[in-house]
Amino acid sequence: MVQDDKRVTIITGHYGSGKTEFAVNYAMQLSKTSPKVTLGDLDIVNVYFRSREKKQQLEEMGIHVISSNLEGDSVDIPAVAAIESPVRDKSTKYLVDLGGNDVGTMVLGRIKPLLDNAETDFLMVVNVNRPDTSSPEGILREMKSIEDASGLQVTGFINNTNLIRETTAEDITMGDKILKEASRLSGVPIKYTTYVEEVVKDTEKLPDDLGGELFPLKFYMRKDWM
Amino acid sequence: MAKVLMKGNEAVGKAAIEAGCRFFFGYPITPQSEVPEYLSEELPKVGGTFVQAESELAAINMVYGAAAAGARVLTSSSSPGLALKQEGIGYITNADLPAVVINMMRGGPGLGTIQPGQADYHMCVKGGSNGDYHNIVLAPASVQEAVDMVMDAFDLADFYRTPVIILSDGLIGQMMEPVEFNYSPKKDLPSKDAWALKGKGKGEKHMIVNLNMDAEDCENHNIALQKKYDEIEANEQDWEEYCMDDAEYAFVSYGTSARIVKSSVDTLRAAGYKVGLIRPKTLYPFPVKAFKRENIKKYLDVEMSMGQMADDVKLACNDVNKVAFYGRTGGIILTPEEVVEFGKSVMGGDK
Repeated sequence: MVQDDKRVTIITGHYGSGKTEFAVNYAMQLSKTSPKVTLGDLDIVNVYFRSREKKQQLEEMGIHVISSNLEGDSVDIPAVAAIESPVRDKSTKYLVDLGGNDVGTMVLGRIKPLLDNAETDFLMVVNVNRPDTSSPEGILREMKSIEDASGLQVTGFINNTNLIRETTAEDITMGDKILKEASRLSGVPIKYTTYVEEVVKDTEKLPDDLGGELFPLKFYMRKDWM
Repeated sequence: MAKVLMKGNEAVGKAAIEAGCRFFFGYPITPQSEVPEYLSEELPKVGGTFVQAESELAAINMVYGAAAAGARVLTSSSSPGLALKQEGIGYITNADLPAVVINMMRGGPGLGTIQPGQADYHMCVKGGSNGDYHNIVLAPASVQEAVDMVMDAFDLADFYRTPVIILSDGLIGQMMEPVEFNYSPKKDLPSKDAWALKGKGKGEKHMIVNLNMDAEDCENHNIALQKKYDEIEANEQDWEEYCMDDAEYAFVSYGTSARIVKSSVDTLRAAGYKVGLIRPKTLYPFPVKAFKRENIKKYLDVEMSMGQMADDVKLACNDVNKVAFYGRTGGIILTPEEVVEFGKSVMGGDK
């Protein structure tokens, strides 16, 4: 599970693929076993539904949250702060939650020269129910634009196929099938397959050979009435 | 068509394309910038035209032009941007032209905040431009409903030859939800050939005018507009009722607020309160037909504003003393808990 993952994990993916919900869940999971966890919210693309909104809840779990030194939800400028030190500080696990698409990776330019491939994973979250990543070709096109913009190679996929509260095992299985084809074509392995525990009630229908490890999620970003 | 997961702002853009809209003129503003972003990518693929204008004023006047030429045309913005578009909206209304305008509201007044709000009710429902006019105003409470309403809006605009405003907010614009797109015209729509400016050719001369040279002509035009509004008020009121069958108290709320209130109704019902929700889906025409009820002791108006819709609730139920109000504003999203507390404070122990 997450404790065996590389020290620096960068979460990327298509706009709206579920990066932030995954990143917050991942950080919460990581904090159970790792003494020091830093979550860098480096989303410079969108100002709604960013992981920094959960700062208090994350900090209660002992997770250090980095976002912008300009406090306030309404700050509509691409400012981030102190994002380098956790790369240098070998004692902390560092999880980076990027903004969507190729533009979201722009911020990595700052830390890229410091990154050591041996201790860095660059994981791409995929939801095949998003129109632009609904086929292996679409996923690979998106992956290429992210790789071209960031100069980093994607090292793993996360199958985050869902329809929010309408998700069934069938959706996840379909996502698995499409992502496996993208994986076969690119050689990039599937690292995790997610499902929201309170939503997906028919997990017994999931095939045994799902790509990667099963990763149960909770809704942190989505309120009950959403 | 199978469901896909889309952000509200993208979904309304796709809905417009599905409804046959091929022209978008707009200007970016948070929290609706994904609407132009999406359409800049997708409209050219279907032979459509996307223009990022130099300002909101330019954009709305491009809408005026395209509407005059008989096109299905869309613009979108968020609160301060929509304020800038008011003059053009008035002109389009006066010229009896169809157009669809999306407003993903944020906190105000002025530049306000970029968080969701509902304080443009007055501007959009009462008419933020000059003169005696109304626009049809639709208020979605989910991404799917926003999609459906955008599609309906094009039909309503063409049918009544008037601008239709989708009054939503940043939260629905930014939220991801599963959606499907099934457009089929709900109305028998007349051809635009009788009035659209498509080049005279061998046909009749058409004119789209805004200035009346004579006050009497202008009054007559106003009377004609009023007849159109009478028809709209008679035929287009729409609302949802939730837990209203045996209700003695009724929340009144629209859009995002109504979603929050719905979960508060569930909480209060579980505690034994006979309370329901009336959710206006059309804000103009306001669904006055939903308020002809003798058995309601109080209406509890809940909005993300300082109570702009509450006046319409008072008129609809014809009793100012029957309406209580609770709201948050400036970009603060209501919580179900505070709505429950408000409900209890109004209902007391009356179960």
